[in-house]
Amino acid sequence: MSYNLNHLKELESESIYVIREVAAQFERPVLMFSGGKDSILMAHLAMKAFYPAKIPFPLLHIDTGHNFPETLEFRDKLVGKTGARLIVGSVQEAIDRGLVVEEKGYNASRNYLQTTALLEALEQGKFDAALGGGRRDEEKARAKERFFSHRDEFGQWDPKNQRPELWNIFNGKKHFGEHFRVFPISNWTELDVWMYLAQEKVELPSLYFAHKRKVFERDGILLADCEYIAKRPEEEASVKEMTVRCRTIGDMTCTGVWRSEAATIEDIIQEVAAARQTERGGRADDKRSETAMEDRKKQGYF
Amino acid sequence: MLDTKHMELLRFTTAGSVDDGKSTLIGRLLYDSKSIFEDQYEAVRQSSERRGEEGVNLALLTDGLKAEREQGITIDVAYRYFSTPRRKFIIADTPGHIQYTRNMVTGASTANVALILIDARKGVLEQTRRHAFIASLLQIPHLVVCINKMDLVDYSQERYEEIKQEFEEFSYKLDVRDVHFIPISALKGDNVVDRSGNMPWYGGTTLLYYLENVHIGSDHNFIDCRFPVQYVVRPNTDDFHDYRGYGGRVAGGVFKRGDKVMLLPSGFTTTIAKIDTYDGELEEAYAPMSVTLLLEDDLDLSRGDMIVRENNHPEAGQDLDVMVCWFNERPLQLRGKYTIMHTTQEARCIVKEIRYKLDINSLHRNMVDQNIGMNDIARVAIRTTKPLFYDSYRKNRITGSLIFVDEGTNETVGAGMII
Repeated sequence: MSYNLNHLKELESESIYVIREVAAQFERPVLMFSGGKDSILMAHLAMKAFYPAKIPFPLLHIDTGHNFPETLEFRDKLVGKTGARLIVGSVQEAIDRGLVVEEKGYNASRNYLQTTALLEALEQGKFDAALGGGRRDEEKARAKERFFSHRDEFGQWDPKNQRPELWNIFNGKKHFGEHFRVFPISNWTELDVWMYLAQEKVELPSLYFAHKRKVFERDGILLADCEYIAKRPEEEASVKEMTVRCRTIGDMTCTGVWRSEAATIEDIIQEVAAARQTERGGRADDKRSETAMEDRKKQGYF
Repeated sequence: MLDTKHMELLRFTTAGSVDDGKSTLIGRLLYDSKSIFEDQYEAVRQSSERRGEEGVNLALLTDGLKAEREQGITIDVAYRYFSTPRRKFIIADTPGHIQYTRNMVTGASTANVALILIDARKGVLEQTRRHAFIASLLQIPHLVVCINKMDLVDYSQERYEEIKQEFEEFSYKLDVRDVHFIPISALKGDNVVDRSGNMPWYGGTTLLYYLENVHIGSDHNFIDCRFPVQYVVRPNTDDFHDYRGYGGRVAGGVFKRGDKVMLLPSGFTTTIAKIDTYDGELEEAYAPMSVTLLLEDDLDLSRGDMIVRENNHPEAGQDLDVMVCWFNERPLQLRGKYTIMHTTQEARCIVKEIRYKLDINSLHRNMVDQNIGMNDIARVAIRTTKPLFYDSYRKNRITGSLIFVDEGTNETVGAGMII
């Protein structure tokens, strides 16, 4: 007798369980969708969890206004496929209304401003659970993140006051005004995600595959040349076209690209398996300080 | 190309104090299995340098939050990942001090293997006993005892045998089924990933080989069919007009299409018409698969109910005896009321009696002390507002476990194992 699930099937089953638990325990869940591979995986798992019914909650995208154009195109196509409703929270709008002030200078990024736009969108929609594609292997502050992560009425995360999680029992009880962030793919690693996406033949944005793009180097990271980044004169001079791909997809101002020839998902798996740097190694936003991620999470970042 | 079809998932828990080499061992496993990335290694190297430490402190790889790095201790459960071509590993890394019993319990709740570290110079300590006891209380199927720092006792076989015997002298009192011993040096790498040339007298396997090969295929219960209904799937579309499916994760046994089943609490019987998934219909479903069951008859069934086999029922009742580990600063209240979460079911309960408090070092049952505070373990009798469908924790870790939730603060205040 052999009743053994392979590791991807077991991870899938765990994630589906968590997603269904959210639909059962909360009144107004929402799925945070960035357009990156982790949120594409999340949308795929949510479809599986409720099949043949549609995903019973909307998707929420926080548009920084500095997205790779390919991301938005892909987003709209995927939303169409899931049949779910899409809500867009706009950072540009928050800036225009004076809710937040745009950063200035060479390292200006709208990454921090996303938090305000996100919290506002959650409040406006009265969402009580926001599902995200965070994984514990991504960054050290996430290694202790719970599946069900409790946030106070200011949307903040208190690492000292998280509920213990035992077995597969998830406590989503809360007071009025509080909400939860839920991370169903907590236990997946970057390699698991790629292997699963390959196995499931999930369609992915072209940005993940090798393509030619104008790039320049800053602090050892390659950034895409675009109108949203103020370049220093020497950076301006160093812009050149290279064959690159993204390992994560975020705001153009802080998402590093990598020199790569990986043209298929199988190539990517080979590359990731042999990689010597974590995927967030290319994220300028994590490099601001040793505890950059922890500090942002406390304020209510994804 | 990586073979993803046959890779299995193994979860293990470690516990230990700051100086028994636990963090070094985990760092070693991650480093030697090439799961450490350059940028992570570089960050740790820089931190070590800033702290004025000699060499690279691999232990820093497993220290997460700012507060912890400042205090130099791990205060919570941290999850680590690494994989080899055979298996993917999830480590629940917990501190081993007595005030962290609750973290050890949390880490142990999902583990297939408990890894217990013993400093070869010190032998079996109170903390070793505590960890082994928690592993048995939480019914972790496999126990691997690593006798560490063998390099500091001249790789002595005599010392190894002495500690092994010492451990066995108390572990026979525990409910553990499978215990394995390995002499290692996490610092030098002996018998962790590579076989040691320093201990020719040891004929067993390395730690990694053990973790890659220990049989976990029978860790789930495949005999007693239990399917707690988690979510009712009703598409209400033209294509699936009358579709009514019961989504959930198999908690025990094997369900097959055509099986005669009974629904609890109603007691109605019917047949499984279909086992549905996004990827198509299945012939059978077993733990821990998430599937959607469709039934032949249209009967009343909702979240919290359970689908079982006609001739194999779980216990059903409102009076339960539970071993509880307390998690909260506010002590357990005798006659206090709590919310109970059990499988997909919820009820309220009252604590009727504290039968005894367990001294987890001596295993002595204290019948007098009724004060159950944070990190204490006790046997209590509770009465629930409605019947729960459960098995003893020993029989099924999913249908035998529950949590206590404080009705005022909503915090998870206790973990219970049904006796």
